[in-house]
Amino acid sequence: MALQAIFFYLFGGVCIASAIMVIAARNPVHSVLFLILAFVNAAGLFVLMGAEFLAMILIVIYVGAVAVLFLFVVMMLDVDFAALRQGVLNYLPIGGAIGVVLLAELIFGVVAWVIAPGAPKAITAPIANDVTNTQALGLVLYTRYVYFFEAAGVILLVAMVGAIVLTLQHRRDVKRQRISDQLARGKSSAIEVVRVKSGAGLP
Amino acid sequence: MIIGLGHYLTVAAILFTLGIFGIFLNRKNVIIILMSIELILLAVNVNLVAFSVFLGDIVGQVYALIVLTVAAAEAAIGLAILVAYFRNRGSIAVEDVNLMRG
Repeated sequence: MALQAIFFYLFGGVCIASAIMVIAARNPVHSVLFLILAFVNAAGLFVLMGAEFLAMILIVIYVGAVAVLFLFVVMMLDVDFAALRQGVLNYLPIGGAIGVVLLAELIFGVVAWVIAPGAPKAITAPIANDVTNTQALGLVLYTRYVYFFEAAGVILLVAMVGAIVLTLQHRRDVKRQRISDQLARGKSSAIEVVRVKSGAGLP
Repeated sequence: MIIGLGHYLTVAAILFTLGIFGIFLNRKNVIIILMSIELILLAVNVNLVAFSVFLGDIVGQVYALIVLTVAAAEAAIGLAILVAYFRNRGSIAVEDVNLMRG
């Protein structure tokens, strides 16, 4: 139990500290790297809770895809990030006030929180003890919540198509391979028989 | 000491607040705002998984999976819009985004 507490405070503390650095770092590349650290530590929290599948998915999707996408965009855009940081101190008081109020409300909510007496009876899919987390998730995800699963797939498809449509640009000055023209080339258009006169050479 | 549901909810609350605070703090930089939104969605996921585990109901984790999907799609679309906007205008400052304002 003590080990669990140690790891909880380790993962939670590093997660929160790196979240602070995400919004406070001067360089956006550092922000992205701290975002990766925050996600890895959140995955550690998930493992601590016993949600191993989501922890691994978090690392695969966020660290492997989303954070690398952020890093790619930050490095690709030629923007003066120092200019974008000007005036941060002007927003600090109002943002800090709203943040403190929101945090106080959330903490009060957490402290004053009890499980409703009828809630344990309303559980729709109890976690089975004899199977792994991944198996338990798969047993409900592909049966009862298969429409959720397919909706998630459709969302990803739409996002993929949308991102491609938004960023694809057709440049006219680039020479492209026209495969249909290449395949339509026949003997008559490709070969020319020239009768060369002796000693004259080709014109 | 026992690490209970309240501990995880506190971590999620702090993460959520940091996300909101980040949006206020970096009002000019769209990239940091998108990262703050990712932090908010991460806090939501921590909440969902914590309730799922401590109430013994796997549905919360299914829902966290859907939230994860939507967060990934949102990041992809947001960054694509950002790249397309930067190509057209040469800037990503939020206050320059006023083309549709009359």
